[in-house]
Amino acid sequence: MDVPAHITGTVWKVEVSVGQKVAAGDVLVILESMKMEMPIEAPEPGTVKEIRCQPSQPVNEGDVLVVLTP
Amino acid sequence: MFRSLLIANRGEIARRIGTVARAMGLRTIAVYSDADAQAPFVKEADQAVRLGPPPPKDSYLNVEALIRAAKETRAEAVHPGYGFVSENAEFARACTEAGIVFVGPPPESMARMKDKAQARALAKGAGVPVVPGSDGVVADLGGASAAAERIGFPLLVKAAGGGGGIGMAVAGSQPELEKAFRACADRARSAFGRDAVYLERYFPAPRHIEVQILGDTQGNLLHVLERECSIQRRHQKVVEEAGSPLFLEGKNPALLRGMTEAALAAARAFGYANAGTVEFLISDGEFYFIEMNARLQVEHPVTELTTGVDLIGWQLRIASGERLTLKQEEIRRLGHALEFRIYAEDPVRFLPSPGPLNVFRPPEGEGIRVDAGYAEGGVVTPYYDPLLAKLIVSGKTREEAIRRSDDALQRFDIQGLKNNVPLHLRIVRDRAFQEGALDTHFLEHHARP
Repeated sequence: MDVPAHITGTVWKVEVSVGQKVAAGDVLVILESMKMEMPIEAPEPGTVKEIRCQPSQPVNEGDVLVVLTP
Repeated sequence: MFRSLLIANRGEIARRIGTVARAMGLRTIAVYSDADAQAPFVKEADQAVRLGPPPPKDSYLNVEALIRAAKETRAEAVHPGYGFVSENAEFARACTEAGIVFVGPPPESMARMKDKAQARALAKGAGVPVVPGSDGVVADLGGASAAAERIGFPLLVKAAGGGGGIGMAVAGSQPELEKAFRACADRARSAFGRDAVYLERYFPAPRHIEVQILGDTQGNLLHVLERECSIQRRHQKVVEEAGSPLFLEGKNPALLRGMTEAALAAARAFGYANAGTVEFLISDGEFYFIEMNARLQVEHPVTELTTGVDLIGWQLRIASGERLTLKQEEIRRLGHALEFRIYAEDPVRFLPSPGPLNVFRPPEGEGIRVDAGYAEGGVVTPYYDPLLAKLIVSGKTREEAIRRSDDALQRFDIQGLKNNVPLHLRIVRDRAFQEGALDTHFLEHHARP
């Protein structure tokens, strides 16, 4: 499943790596926008299949940041 | 008085400082990042210098680029506004070394206030009540746990170099303290380059009230009364007012006197000059020092409009070595003023919402002042804080100011991005707000859609 950015901003930190198992609610990526940090959490448990962003990269609302497999 | 002023900031405050300075006959120099090349504060300046790409570290926080711009344009003074380099003692020293006047307190005074644990100790030493806490930074989790036993839960874990609500977490128990301590130290390290944190008692429903200070370099010091800033989200202010409803119609005179005297004592302990603000929490009729801000506050207009004291004008005159000719007994409040921070953010969840300002039409009318950083057709980027404009409304009474605010907010037309005007309308129509029953958690319980 695709995990998108819910705000426009820049990537501050990527908290997971490919192959890592995550639980629902685990923080995958932290975005920064307008002096605020916003964690992007896993909507359901799974394994990180792909990471489509890197620190300090600008992202738009809706851009896919991480892909999880169940 | 110096004849030229570089304004090391952006948005509404850069524009406001420029307007005041030009009215005093100064040549103004704007500096800007690529994101702000078309902004009103750049166009209105007499001269403008590009700093670099949009990220703050490459532009508005870049001390070297700022000093270079000041030298190139032969600026005789620099006003840092708020945020960015305004509380950076190194920047102030760099200005002085380059022979440029820094509009703000002496660098050594700034350094004393910057470290909040140290500031707290200084205030305490001057007899100012402080929030019960760890008395200095806690070295590790063990130290934090021991301090927590003494202070009691719930408590607040804070980054010593922090501000604006960044690097703060509440802990209700020892296990929560462990989590909060690690999160805070981590955030402090990445945001401020050091991981020193300290602990403070957490009050469940305090008011946030602050006292404006003005002092010159000859040792004259006075206060310009209080402002209430209890309406906050994520520890950042949303609505401010002067005076505080707590003191309207002469209520609680002993508390107000105690706070203003404590503010002056704190300012003296810091060796303060220029404009500054001493922030307090009020809980159960007691006040506690939180911090002193070594700069102009975002919300300074509510003080200007109700006391007639031109704070930016005085900042410039004091920085040029002029004497503060105002007298404490001349400081009187006339009327009431409210300031609404118009943010580019979702009005319910408070999430940032950068985007284009397709329509931007602020209201006009009696008692209405708008300090806007943007103009219609501009673009709000994710690089800086979400403040689009400040709507400042005054009236003879708080009731009149609230009525005018309701009308002004309804007429504030913004399209193209989400903004918090609907939130402000809910606030001014909220019964508790109208009654002046405020605390810093107001938005968690009131003005919901």
